[in-house]
Amino acid sequence: MATHEFAAQEAHAHAAPQGFIRKWVFSLDHKVIGLQYYFLALAAVFVGMFLSLLMRIHLIWPTAALPLLGDIKPETYLTLVTMHGTIMVFFVLTTAPQGGFGNYFLPIQIGAPDMAFPVLNMLSFWTTFLGFVVMIAAFFVAGGAPLHGWTGYAPLSAVQSSGPGEGLGADLWIISIAIFCIGALMGALNFITTTLDMRAKGMTMMRMPLTCWAWFVTAILGLLAFGVLLSGGILLLMDRNLGTSFFVPLITMNGQVTGHKGGSPLLWQHLFWFFGHPEVYIAILPAMGMCSQLLSVFSRKPIFGYKAMVYAIMAIGFLGFMVWGHHMFMSGMSPYTAFAFSIMTMGIGVPSAIKTFNWLGTLWGGRIRFTSPMLFAIGFVSLFVSGGISGPFLAQPVLDIQLHDTYFVPGHFHLIMGVASIFGIFAATYYWFPKMFGRMMNESMARWHFWFSFIGTYAIFMPMHYLGMAGMPRRYSTLTEVTYLHDLIGLQKFITYAAFVTIAGQLIFLVNLFWSIFKGKKASDNPWEATTLEWTTATPPPHDNFGGHTPVVHNGPYEYSVPGAPRDYVMQNDPEIEPAH
Amino acid sequence: MASFSTTATVADPRISGGDDGILPPVLGGGGDDRPGPGLPDYTTRLRRARLGLLVALTPVIMLFVSFTSAYVVRQGLPTFDPRTNTMVHDWIPVALPKLLLINTGVLVLSSVFMELARRQIKGRAALAPATSRAGVSSGDQILIPWLAMTIIFGLLFLLGQWTAWRHLAASGFYVATTPSSSFVYLLTGTHAIHLMGGVLALLAAGVASLLGRSLMTRSIVVDVTAWYWHFMAGLWIYILCLLEFAS
Repeated sequence: MATHEFAAQEAHAHAAPQGFIRKWVFSLDHKVIGLQYYFLALAAVFVGMFLSLLMRIHLIWPTAALPLLGDIKPETYLTLVTMHGTIMVFFVLTTAPQGGFGNYFLPIQIGAPDMAFPVLNMLSFWTTFLGFVVMIAAFFVAGGAPLHGWTGYAPLSAVQSSGPGEGLGADLWIISIAIFCIGALMGALNFITTTLDMRAKGMTMMRMPLTCWAWFVTAILGLLAFGVLLSGGILLLMDRNLGTSFFVPLITMNGQVTGHKGGSPLLWQHLFWFFGHPEVYIAILPAMGMCSQLLSVFSRKPIFGYKAMVYAIMAIGFLGFMVWGHHMFMSGMSPYTAFAFSIMTMGIGVPSAIKTFNWLGTLWGGRIRFTSPMLFAIGFVSLFVSGGISGPFLAQPVLDIQLHDTYFVPGHFHLIMGVASIFGIFAATYYWFPKMFGRMMNESMARWHFWFSFIGTYAIFMPMHYLGMAGMPRRYSTLTEVTYLHDLIGLQKFITYAAFVTIAGQLIFLVNLFWSIFKGKKASDNPWEATTLEWTTATPPPHDNFGGHTPVVHNGPYEYSVPGAPRDYVMQNDPEIEPAH
Repeated sequence: MASFSTTATVADPRISGGDDGILPPVLGGGGDDRPGPGLPDYTTRLRRARLGLLVALTPVIMLFVSFTSAYVVRQGLPTFDPRTNTMVHDWIPVALPKLLLINTGVLVLSSVFMELARRQIKGRAALAPATSRAGVSSGDQILIPWLAMTIIFGLLFLLGQWTAWRHLAASGFYVATTPSSSFVYLLTGTHAIHLMGGVLALLAAGVASLLGRSLMTRSIVVDVTAWYWHFMAGLWIYILCLLEFAS
């Protein structure tokens, strides 16, 4: 493969490949691969959303038989929970912002003709695609998909007889994630090497757009985290299929002794969460970078505190590896250990607050253009703050013991990790769509989409905090059987109705996306009057990104409203701006 | 405002790595001793490949760090014994086959061959621009097939590991017999799979030679594979020490 890699580097410098297969299927072009990742994530998000819809329907109409699916049993509900979480975390939140937009725009934004290793890049996508296929296949094997949750806690996940779906379905689930890890590692390798080694002349690290910084740090996180998850997956497969006892103690399962002994379920939790918490930042950091970019562009102001933003990204990435234990406060860990994890967790609030205040500082006094990408970027900040505020509650062991495994937790992480990141993806879609497809998206539909999503999201996830504080446990498939939960069912109904409305809003997005690809208004090369290098090249960009030219960078990425400049923005490859006297 | 062009055309298109002490990757030198606009030169490709390898080794390290962590934790875990109603330790140390020491020697030797192969092809690549000119000879240099010897010794090592597994099984230690034997199979097996990757890369370099790929390209492949190979040798020594001294 290595020789193919170097041959590919040579080939890329020549003519663009002809023919459908080489151009659109097994393409080496980072832009096509970025689009492949994007559309894979789009397919995955609708699968994941459909599963959540089934969950919401079942929660408020537990006896209703669904068309084609029939009755939803409790174990089926857990399967929906598991597959919804897994698909959303891996194949949407990790795939779209990094694999999709990162692949497409990182090389262009740093002035490179492609990724460092194009063949590896292609393999990375197809490996991820294979992982998705294997994951979906889990639905269609005997016993169905697993029910152990996206966290795959042992011993439930480690013993085949632990429940329906824990046979072949769970094996496929683990194999899918292992495949995904390998794909993500190949991608991370490319991102890091490209960023360090292929920047255009003048594109110093401190002239890189914050998007590039976010993708770069995210890649480092992935590089350190996915190997650990892979190791856990290998051990789990061995426990399940070879009779080892890494994670399974001496237990009986369904009245029978399992044959395992001496293993520790907590060992799995440590390995999983060492990956799992950085994964939160793998999902959110690219969105932070993208929204930082957009807030500056549409406020017509330089980003407030560029260096502080860069250091904050690094600090968040670093601290992200120090806090995995806060997911395990209930595991019986020493209070001193819990205290240490608690302090570190709250410490992440510092760089997060720096970013938030800098976003507000960027907006302050700006000549704000309320375009659809800007609306979603502001929506991202709102969701990040709303979801972030509940973080310090869960970071305290005493409160976490009360709130753990209640609806407070999904309320928190859906806002800050799930929907905030999704808003980042939407913002980036509306922003870069003209560059990717050469057309503008329909602005009216985009605004309808925003308001449906923004109001709907809050309507779904804010009440979950109240449900959690009232003691409603998560993962219960039927609420009507528990007397003390009866009074809360009304709120659950409200959430389900809000989910219907929000999902309807996503259909507007889908229509807008495909309609605009073919029928949208033609876009100019720089419709947003932005400064970074992708807006200096043709729309859509040529095969080698800059049409045989090599950009030379003279300016920072956020030179807006520069005194003395002939227009209110100075592009990165414009002649160096003189400081105003 | 003609000066505000959208893209700058440069006569000598050089892409720098920016600041921070990273050497600029030069474009335009061509890859295979032939000039070609937009092609990274040999030095750039080599540096990029080495950087890629360095990055690629990070998750491998993380994988084995995780296994080590699990090894240490699992070793200290007690388990309930229903016969005595007490907590006991089920970690029974495995007597490692002596063959593993011979295998270690074979792998270290293959690493030496690999280094000789790397230096050989690097030297040839350095001389290539001169020897490609008419009338310039590289002399009657005899080329020792270090690469082939590396592959042979690599395969010997893998065969030796397989034999060691059979010895373990013959002495009653299977994958699930005891947690320590589980780790022996896990660590040696995972290492072997990684080493197979190195063997495949070397075979690819050999095939590249048959396919007439340029000396420069093969030199880069051999160079990064050599560093990978040395890493695998070091990793194996670490694994052996872990299994022998931390059991």
